[in-house]
This record gives sequence, structure tokens and C-alpha cells, in this order.
Amino acid sequence: MARVLLFGPLRDLAGWRERTIEPAPASVSALRALLASEDRELGEALVGPGVQVALDQVLVRGDAPLHPKAEVAFLPPMSGG
Amino acid sequence: MITLTEAPFDPGALLGGFCRERAETGAVATFTGLARAEGGQARVLELEAYPGFTEARIAEIAEMARTRFSLDDLMILHRVGRIAPGEPIVFVATAARHRRAAFEACDFLMDYLKSRAPFWKKEHGPDGARWIEPRDQDHADIARWETP
Repeated sequence: MARVLLFGPLRDLAGWRERTIEPAPASVSALRALLASEDRELGEALVGPGVQVALDQVLVRGDAPLHPKAEVAFLPPMSGG
Repeated sequence: MITLTEAPFDPGALLGGFCRERAETGAVATFTGLARAEGGQARVLELEAYPGFTEARIAEIAEMARTRFSLDDLMILHRVGRIAPGEPIVFVATAARHRRAAFEACDFLMDYLKSRAPFWKKEHGPDGARWIEPRDQDHADIARWETP
């Protein structure tokens, strides 16, 4: 069961902030494809400019395999301070 | 020390505590960021973090500053949740032997907190809400530290 987290504008766009997907998709790209098949607009936003992906709270570049209990977070451009 | 808090804080009290019991520190610099009212356009600022991940990323930024500027100590306190105009959002303090390192480390930490720390900021105003994207200036600010 993968846990998926959305932050910032992605959360508003999707209308959810957290969900679980059973069984976990095989990879980050498979997860993205699954989410895009349900919500095309969200699918496009997940590959939008500056969106980063954290797998189990570590930033990953490109694709990465998911283990059954992976936590995947999609992080739009950050703005602190 | 790195802290995320939903509660308002008093920058003066933090500075007082930070300066206490230091024998070899010759310089303490601080920065306090406040939420702007934007002429009435911003009623409330909402700051979102990714618990655990946000603290870990800030700790990495802090470690970079500690090494680069040979700091004795540093403190970062950042608000999350809802923030009213005029309230402090962020407080950074740096302690070093001499002032230049303390000033520069403070500047460095704020540039990285602005666009590399996992926070997302939403401004609620009379015409609705909007997410605040990093500005070109924020990227230019950080580039100053990354060019060799």
C-alpha cells in the first residue's frame, strides 16, 4: 500500500492531500501514470516545472522503483520565509 | 536548533536567549521575517510544511552554513499554519567569532530557506486565495552562493 502526498497548489488542484494506493505501483512513473489516468489535469501538473518527488522523505531524480509501503510526495516549487 | 511552530513568537526573547552563556562568540546576527499586509490584499498567510522532511532539509541547509561560515551556533525558527499580517514568520540567528561570518551566514540561510526549504505559502485575501511561487529574485539570490 503506497502512501501518496500532495503539497501546495497540487493539493488544491487534486482536491486531496493524501491517499493510499493498493497495491503500490511498481515505480514513481507508474504511480504518475495511474494518477494521470484518473485526473488528466493532475497528471500534467505532476510533471510541471519545478515539481520534485520525495520517496520515503528523500528527493529522487528521474524514476525510482517503489516498495510496497513507499511514501511518495510530490513537491511543487518551494516558498519559505 | 531548528524549530517549526504554529504559535506566534517574540523575536526579542529568542535573541536574548541565543546570546546567553557565550564566551568565545564575538558576533550574533539575526533576521526576522514578518508577514506583510500587502495593502489589505493579504488577510492571512497559510504556511504548509512536510513534517519530518522539512526539518531534515532545513538541518542540511543549517549544516552547510555551519561549515561554510565556521559558525559557533545557529538557530532557525519557522512558523507553519495560519499567520496574520504583522506577525513574525521566520527568525534566524547566527553566532560566530567575527561579524562578517555572522552576517553572511544569516543572509545565506535566508536565501536557502526562501526557495530550498520545503514550505508552501498561500495568501488569503479579500479576492480569494493564491499560492505564492518563488520569484526570479529568490533564484538570483541563491545563485550568489552557488557560483564559484
